[in-house]
Amino acid sequence: MSYIDKISSPYIHSLTSINEVMRQVIFALVPGIIVTTWFLGWGVLVHCVLAVCFALAFEAIMLTLRKRPLQDFMYDGSAIITGLLFALTITPFAPWWVSLSGICFAIVVAKHLYGGLGYNIFNPAMAGYAFVLICFPVELNYWPTMLNHAVAGGSGVIESLKIIFIGLPYEGLDSLSGATPLAFTKSQLNGMVMLSEFSSGPLFGSLGGKGWEWIGLAFLAGGVWLMIKGIIKWQIPLIFIFILFALSLIFHGHDPERYASSMFNLFTGGTLLAAFFIATDPVTASATPRGKIIYAAGIGLLTYIIRTWGGYPDGIAFAVLIMNAAVPFIDNVTRPDVFGKVES
Amino acid sequence: MSSEVHTRFNRELHSFPGGLELKTHKELTNSKESLRTPLPDKIILPLQQHIGSPSETIVKKGDTVLKGQKIAQASGYISVPVHASTSGKILDIGTCQSIHIKSEQVPCIIIEPDGEDAWFELEPVTDYLSIDPEILQRLIYEAGMVGMGGAGFPAHVKLNEGTATAIDTLIINGVECEPYISCDDRIIREKADYIVSGTRMLQHAIQAEHCVIAVEEDMPEAFEALNALIDDDIELVTVPARYPAGGEKQLIKVLTGKEVPAGGLPIHIGIVMHNVGTAAAAFRAVTRGEPLLSRYVTVSGNVEDPRNLQVLLGTPVEHCLEQVGYHPRDDEAVIMGGPMMGKYIHDISMPVVKTTNSILVTSGFNRSREKPCIGCGDCVDVCPAKLLPQELFAYARAKDYEEVRALHLFDCIECGCCAYVCPSNIPLVKYYREAKTDIAIYEKKQAGYEHARHRFEARSERLDRIENRVDDRFDKIKTLSTDQDPVEEDKQSYIRAAVERMKQKKNKKKD
Repeated sequence: MSYIDKISSPYIHSLTSINEVMRQVIFALVPGIIVTTWFLGWGVLVHCVLAVCFALAFEAIMLTLRKRPLQDFMYDGSAIITGLLFALTITPFAPWWVSLSGICFAIVVAKHLYGGLGYNIFNPAMAGYAFVLICFPVELNYWPTMLNHAVAGGSGVIESLKIIFIGLPYEGLDSLSGATPLAFTKSQLNGMVMLSEFSSGPLFGSLGGKGWEWIGLAFLAGGVWLMIKGIIKWQIPLIFIFILFALSLIFHGHDPERYASSMFNLFTGGTLLAAFFIATDPVTASATPRGKIIYAAGIGLLTYIIRTWGGYPDGIAFAVLIMNAAVPFIDNVTRPDVFGKVES
Repeated sequence: MSSEVHTRFNRELHSFPGGLELKTHKELTNSKESLRTPLPDKIILPLQQHIGSPSETIVKKGDTVLKGQKIAQASGYISVPVHASTSGKILDIGTCQSIHIKSEQVPCIIIEPDGEDAWFELEPVTDYLSIDPEILQRLIYEAGMVGMGGAGFPAHVKLNEGTATAIDTLIINGVECEPYISCDDRIIREKADYIVSGTRMLQHAIQAEHCVIAVEEDMPEAFEALNALIDDDIELVTVPARYPAGGEKQLIKVLTGKEVPAGGLPIHIGIVMHNVGTAAAAFRAVTRGEPLLSRYVTVSGNVEDPRNLQVLLGTPVEHCLEQVGYHPRDDEAVIMGGPMMGKYIHDISMPVVKTTNSILVTSGFNRSREKPCIGCGDCVDVCPAKLLPQELFAYARAKDYEEVRALHLFDCIECGCCAYVCPSNIPLVKYYREAKTDIAIYEKKQAGYEHARHRFEARSERLDRIENRVDDRFDKIKTLSTDQDPVEEDKQSYIRAAVERMKQKKNKKKD
């Protein structure tokens, strides 16, 4: 039977493809990667390369084990995106084996054991990140400091490679690394320090954490470009941002000494990266129109709760994973009414 | 003039859910005058060119027929007659390739044209605006009229149901939303008077309160042609060019804001819709007495001179393609209908039928392999029936037909929007069609089982009854024998008599 004999309507196609969609997403991440590297050092780029290589390797192994055609799936770009997102969420000071184990969990467990692309319930990058965050909390705790200048210490190529492959030096660790603005804020607030007492400190910029605000803006730019190209739709990112913004506005307005401002919440940590690149992962997000709104609002709400009252400074990974688990239920209860539905 | 019409009615338009903006390619054909296709060597008229039960042949092999002569009669309410589209000899009453299933042959009547094109006796009716609507419906039915937009539902059924219910609006659909097809555009430009008069006639036939003719916004010439002829009895509306705005339910939504109930018909909300081609053909059938014998067909795509043809029904597709310069190539397919909903035809000797609006030679298919669904929801956004195509796909592939039904598979109009946008290149409509077919087969089988069960029950009941009767009789016999068994009695007396005879014989011999 020839190809022609199997065709059926429609005979024309928009000619979008998974590969094309993934390629656009990778392009859109580039400004964010560059700006993050600028502020947090070459370690970011090293981790990006490492994570992508690990991701492709595990992808190839799993596809072979599952007897799936390599040429169809290796080049779809999904493993590359998982690698990049994972690398952008962990600290550039993390040792290489954190990347290895995180990516292993992401690709092998979260993706392929659930059936591979299209069937995974949990966002692979976030599952991998949550895995290493729970297993290796110490290694993930050292972030480059931006105390003295906008560009972080330990940021050169050689230094970064040394830190990643040999480990952080014990001497001068304090000058090299420090808490992220989110972690710092959390610890200060937990210590009953008023927000106004430290928010003008050197960790803070005009919108969010110093440097972080630029990173956020770069991801925002990539996200807006994706929306313009029609690759992602506005609902999930904007509703997520809106809920986080609104909640922090309410609490900040209620007690500005105990609750960080809306702008700080948006432009610090992984908010904008998550809004445009993680929450929008089509496989693990809700697919119904109303479901998307609930899903995005849920991530915003949970992120705020975890950040404000939870044990982790940035709660996005867990917020996304919890909402991922709720997606089948959300989809089920938000099915749209069929055209011409008869009220009974 | 046109602004007056707009202000006079000022109909508020609505939008339908989903849909796509497609490149129309109508410029290939819509500005060229249509041509009459010369007589082919063979006319093949399938007995089923409509939705409903197939017609029944009333001619024999070898008969001579005239153009317009009825050669097959309707076989029920939802059925229409078939007429000879030219004069000639009945070559055979046989089969031809089905358009739906490659392996299936369907019954047809084959005519060898004599070249005379001699007409059967025609009975024109001129007082079409004053005669009894029921007579009008009868005339339309006798002319073998079906919906010419593509579905082919017998026109008289819609009209008849129309008089039985109070009809608010008659909509004449000139919205050709499928790319490439321009046969409605052409027929409006060339036969605007037929369409306007036909519209008035149909309005009279169903006694509709309002009457709307809708065309697409990219048909300005057609709009002007109609506008010059209509009065304030008909509303002329242009609707935005968005696929599938020409779908029955979608157009009703656009024009009235009403949604046809799921699983229901437009008539349930007081609306009847006919295609512009149907209006023109019905008018011709009544006022000239000519049954449905020809239609406008757009022949487009990879051909030398794409254009509209006026084709006699039963003309082989091949013959139409020859008129416009067709050179077959390997990577091409000939489609009957448009690129979104048309049917691929394996055999171009297949005839043009009442519902053939287009013949399209197409190539450049998206050959990338089917990938897993990534749940992007693009299909949900474009579905005009507000279904969840990705979920329907998952259940259809798993053959969970109960769930597929619960997700309203049967409200899917197979418009193809979902498959068009799918980044995983999943042939979604193909899955839905297969599921629909499987369910139909299952239900037929189920109905068969039900029938068999009834038969079995009836049989066992009958057997029970007989057995009971036998038992009764046996009991009776038993009761009799306890007194004295007549049969046994006879036997005994017979034996005694025989023994007696033997004894006498022996005694005689001794003597």
